[in-house]
Amino acid sequence: MNGLKWSRKDLISTENLTLAEINQIFSMADVFKASLKTDKAKLPYLNGKVVVNLFFEPSTRTRTAFEMAAHKLGADVISIATNVSSSVKGESLKDTARNIEALMADMIIVRHSSSGAAKYLADRVKVPVINAGDGAHAHPTQALLDAFTMREKFNGDFKGKKITILGDILFSRVARSNIYLLNKLGAKVTLAGPSTLVPMEFEKMGVKVSYNLAEAVADADVVMLLRIQHERQSATHFPSISEYANVFGLNLRRENLLKKDAFIMHPGPINRGVELDSPLADSGRSVILNQVTNGVAVRMAVMNLCMHATK
Amino acid sequence: MKKEFLIKNARVVDPSQKLDKVCDVCVANGVFVKKVSSKAKVIDAKGLVLAPGFVDMHAHLREPGQTSKESVATGTAAAATGGFTTIVAMPNTVPPADCAASIRLINDIIEETAKIRVIQSACITEGRKGEKLAPYGTLKNLGVIAITDDGSCVQSAELMRNAMEYAKMFGLLVMDHCQENTLTKTGHMHEGEWSVRLGIGGWPSAGEDIIVARDAILAHYTKSHIHLQHISSALSVDIIRNAKKRGTSISAEATPHHLSLTDECLKDYDTNYKMCPPIRAKSDVDALIAGVVDGTIEVIATDHAPHTETEKDKEFDLAPFGITGFETAFSVCHEVLVRSKKIKLSKLIELMSTRPAQLLGIDVGTLKVGTSADFVLIDENAEYVYDKTLSRSTNSPWFNKTLRGKVVATYFAGKKVF
Repeated sequence: MNGLKWSRKDLISTENLTLAEINQIFSMADVFKASLKTDKAKLPYLNGKVVVNLFFEPSTRTRTAFEMAAHKLGADVISIATNVSSSVKGESLKDTARNIEALMADMIIVRHSSSGAAKYLADRVKVPVINAGDGAHAHPTQALLDAFTMREKFNGDFKGKKITILGDILFSRVARSNIYLLNKLGAKVTLAGPSTLVPMEFEKMGVKVSYNLAEAVADADVVMLLRIQHERQSATHFPSISEYANVFGLNLRRENLLKKDAFIMHPGPINRGVELDSPLADSGRSVILNQVTNGVAVRMAVMNLCMHATK
Repeated sequence: MKKEFLIKNARVVDPSQKLDKVCDVCVANGVFVKKVSSKAKVIDAKGLVLAPGFVDMHAHLREPGQTSKESVATGTAAAATGGFTTIVAMPNTVPPADCAASIRLINDIIEETAKIRVIQSACITEGRKGEKLAPYGTLKNLGVIAITDDGSCVQSAELMRNAMEYAKMFGLLVMDHCQENTLTKTGHMHEGEWSVRLGIGGWPSAGEDIIVARDAILAHYTKSHIHLQHISSALSVDIIRNAKKRGTSISAEATPHHLSLTDECLKDYDTNYKMCPPIRAKSDVDALIAGVVDGTIEVIATDHAPHTETEKDKEFDLAPFGITGFETAFSVCHEVLVRSKKIKLSKLIELMSTRPAQLLGIDVGTLKVGTSADFVLIDENAEYVYDKTLSRSTNSPWFNKTLRGKVVATYFAGKKVF
């Protein structure tokens, strides 16, 4: 399996991935997913390697999925959770990275609150760097696992499929990475949410922007909901969580706006009762837990490919 | 014995005397004179342009307090390399130049170490905090001629109104860094398509336009003059143009980088393109150039803002704003304004020498007989790689790039300083 041609040391963004590379990740993730299900022992592809999870921002789901993926490939994992404020006062990201490299780590998984931080790191270390989320810029493995999940539902054919992403798009790296990836796969993307969080400039990225929930979800094959975090950066962008739920929340009453076979995705963690009501989150439409499992398989594929990239 | 010399065969461009022809320029004892004796040294400047030394209304020399970035000695050496013979140093030093003690200290440093003329500006408000006026009368007595809170903007319209009225009493030039804080507090680049793509917090042009409009209104209302620093947005150019039409006493400067670069340059998160106000969209660059052409923008200023490599080599939103500019200003402006045939060379000299000197009310930026012999020799066709600097910092988007049109010699008070 490692005989495949792959030349990327790092995965920073979905923006410059080719269709061939995307399909290569998916094919490999298919194999890894099958192996996860058959309860096989660890695979040997990253035996003897040490993967460092360098998280400057809190994360449970993504970090655990990367740890799980590394373990399943036979790697040892060290997770460093820190916060940006202490590293602002002390060591620079450049020095931190050089130190980790000097400790002989074989791969760095990085999450950082600054847009561009993953590329910054990748440009300065020799070992592979996987972006686990940088500011509002990119979260490529999340988008890949989202598309991998859709691909299973679509039987591999994205042509003409309509995906609506709903919520706080402005501050969302998940939305940006999905836009690039889904456009390449041939799907049509619509963004919806409060006008303050979905600026029209996004249309220049080749998507449609809508401020009308009914219209935005009417013919969607997938509705992807994003977590609304009113307390953080968007405090002045909309009035309140209850107002958001009233205008944009997906609930049972609004389920009839959806196509019969439309399904619901969410990168988690869900604010139940805000962007998504529990009965829908737990319904047959929801593929939220499939996303989590697929996240391990997709990350195994990405780590394996980048670790064995050819020059 | 008189120290005298004669420069022959240069194309002499001096907008202050509406001069653009090949003629001799004579210097004796540091000032321009009508003629020199037959013993005078002769410099042949055939093929070169001779123009008044450039006057930069907007520069950061970082001394005292931040000498890891720059000093008066290194900053003025870099300025001389770029053809500047007079520069206005911004007051956001540490401590800030907001009181008699700071001004005296800085003037001592300038006296001892500056290679060219440095005019230290003072703050509009104490500590640049926007809360209380600085002591303009006291500062004026120490020779201060211009005030600004550059790097910060006075947010209170009431305080700004009083600053303009009080400064007018002393004949001080009030200069403003136009930035509305609430719209720009999370901004690190121009708000638009590229900030959306890159996921970087936007600094919308409205954040500048609102203050430009406010200042134009206050200047009109108080019958004072206001000088607006580093204008970057198309709407701001319109507001200034309209204010001038109405007769408001208002002037504005633009920087070489705002006249030449767009926000797309940030696509690789290169912090050497991060400045405040940010480089904006192509339509803003076009509007700024149109403003230069029709006289709305009267001055080109560098906003030379050195930062150390350690400070700039960071995650984008953690890196400081600003780039160096002395050594590249002429080349960049010559390229985008003169070579592109938007304006004539004499107009560029007016923007870089004549007008800033007039606004500051000082008798430089001219080749008139009797004034300080500050001048430059320019090779319009020279091509060079900008790969060394006399500044202490290298935070320039043009570092290691090829530029055209070069200052080949700078004379300050008759002395060759570059």
